[in-house]
Amino acid sequence: MASIAIRGVKKNYAKTQVVHGVDLDFASGEFVVILGPSGCGKSTLLRMIAGLEEISDGTIAIDGTVVNRLEPRERGCAMVFQNYALYPHMSVAQNIGYSLKVAGVASAERAQRVQAVARVLELEHLLDRKPMALSGGQRQRVAMGRAMIREPKVFLFDEPLSNLDAKLRVQMRSEIRKLHRRLSATSVFVTHDQVEAMTLADRLVVMNGGRVEQVGTPAEVYSRPASRFVATFVGAPAMNMLEGTVTLDGLSLLGGSRKLNVSRTGVPVGSKVAVGIRPEAVRMVAPGTPGALTATVDLIEELGAGRVIYVDLDGVPFSIVTSETVHPEPGSSIGLQFAETDLHFFSSETGARLDVFKASVPEPAPATL
Amino acid sequence: MVERTPILNFFTHLILFVGFIFCVAPFAIVAIAASHNLKDVNDVPMSLLPGSDFWVNIKTAWTTADLGPKLLNSFIMAFGVAAGKVIISALTAFSIVYFRYPGRMLMFWLIFITLMLPLEVRIVPTYAVVANVLEPYQAIMDLTGLSWLIEKVSGVQVSLSLGLLNSYSGLILPLVATATGTFLYRQFFLTVPDELTEAARMDGAGALRFFVDILLPLSRNNMAALGTIMFLWAWNQYLWPLLITTDQSHAMAVTELKQLIPNVGGAPEWHIAMAGTLIVMLPPLIVVVLMQRWFVRGLIATEK
Repeated sequence: MASIAIRGVKKNYAKTQVVHGVDLDFASGEFVVILGPSGCGKSTLLRMIAGLEEISDGTIAIDGTVVNRLEPRERGCAMVFQNYALYPHMSVAQNIGYSLKVAGVASAERAQRVQAVARVLELEHLLDRKPMALSGGQRQRVAMGRAMIREPKVFLFDEPLSNLDAKLRVQMRSEIRKLHRRLSATSVFVTHDQVEAMTLADRLVVMNGGRVEQVGTPAEVYSRPASRFVATFVGAPAMNMLEGTVTLDGLSLLGGSRKLNVSRTGVPVGSKVAVGIRPEAVRMVAPGTPGALTATVDLIEELGAGRVIYVDLDGVPFSIVTSETVHPEPGSSIGLQFAETDLHFFSSETGARLDVFKASVPEPAPATL
Repeated sequence: MVERTPILNFFTHLILFVGFIFCVAPFAIVAIAASHNLKDVNDVPMSLLPGSDFWVNIKTAWTTADLGPKLLNSFIMAFGVAAGKVIISALTAFSIVYFRYPGRMLMFWLIFITLMLPLEVRIVPTYAVVANVLEPYQAIMDLTGLSWLIEKVSGVQVSLSLGLLNSYSGLILPLVATATGTFLYRQFFLTVPDELTEAARMDGAGALRFFVDILLPLSRNNMAALGTIMFLWAWNQYLWPLLITTDQSHAMAVTELKQLIPNVGGAPEWHIAMAGTLIVMLPPLIVVVLMQRWFVRGLIATEK
């Protein structure tokens, strides 16, 4: 178990900077997920912790020791790779035990420890097989076994589930979670899959363009996104965004056709803001219901348990998630209603969350369909 | 597009058969000629039915050309070249692919250039070097005045000399240092996923450990392919062994075949010459048959 402290870490490749000064603290035993779109620098950051990439600037400390100049093997980290990276010519047992062999552990003890790890991962019957003869999920488990056997202070996962099919992914997800509870080693897990991120994380780090956008529990990140990017990146379907302008008495939306009564402090009249509302927070009502927005249905996606309704709101694409068994015809009009307390406000310029807006007038109780 | 009709099958087999005859006929004629006696082998046209003197001719050829020690020489040389190539190629390719050091590309191109300078082109300077390996150093010392200085100070005249003529090292070393193997390995190493390298680093393996534990086992097919090709190539060398082995005890089997070819005015003993050819042809044939499986795998892309 170990804490990780990242201070002002930057990464340059030749002239391009891909990580722009990241500061993060991971507590001992914590399961941290770094989430971001591809190319956001999340894997680079992970590889810098592992020691596979040089740190251009700043420091990374594991358990209080700055590890910038240490070789991967000296850092006490173990890593699970996206493509598993199993040694194809070695059996499962040899793959798992290789780090011990390099470290010069006697073969009797090695075999015993391989057995112990294999028991935890239910790989005992596969120890003599070559990776080629294993299924994707089994290979994944071998890769984890290879990381576990070293009893590392830190576990690093680089998108380890992205090569598995959907069902296995869900299964491995819960296995990783169980494993973490059992070993309670500090774990850093990199992914671009937000479901993976939300379900696994004790704490979530959302990255974009080489910067940290937000750090928080999955619930915090979902309910109070710190930026417009986080708001649209976390949650599926993405949060709806409407452009608005600050007026004397509140906010004007959709080119002035709709007004929001919100109090404002410190935001000049005329400045642009983005107003976000989650598809899950929007209710469908009969068209023409007082206080409701009217939209035209574009497309319905059936999800089984619910459905996503894509509508056109005065030219702005908008989506609604509902569990009600309604099937409005494409082209028909529906009413949309939401509580103003569910709104998120972001600066149109910087994308930063604006908490100066407070919905002052509670929405009338929604009409039921 | 795989079509299977009886007519198409017939023609494909016919083409295959004709090709087969073309390939095998010369060998068959050699083998048949080796089984005739002196009179029959010189009949025009030669009878294509095997004669009865095969083993007699083989024995004669073996003793006349003293093939026993010559085959051993050939084997030592061919094996030495093959092994040397495999080792040196693996090491140079490892260095070029996995390490970043100044002059890396220069090294790469220097190795590349040797492709354009086969032994036949540089045979005179190579001979000079093999005749005295230290000659270049002597020349450098003479030019810089170092040998003059040493002679003045200590009174010892510097005369470096290490000849490799008529030795196995002289036969093998000049043939070992070429680029083909390095390229074969380089291409293979480039297909090894980076993650494997990184996994080994995470497991604590250093560069040499990674090379021995991971890269070499993975490239055993390449080794077999390269080893086989180089063994055949070295076995069939003629010019170089002829040039530097003046001493009969280091002569090669291939060059010694000359002994069996009838001289002007001598008896036209072609049956003996053919028998000798068969003997000399056999070891490479055995190597190919034994290595075939690995050999093919090493040359077709990568095993999945």
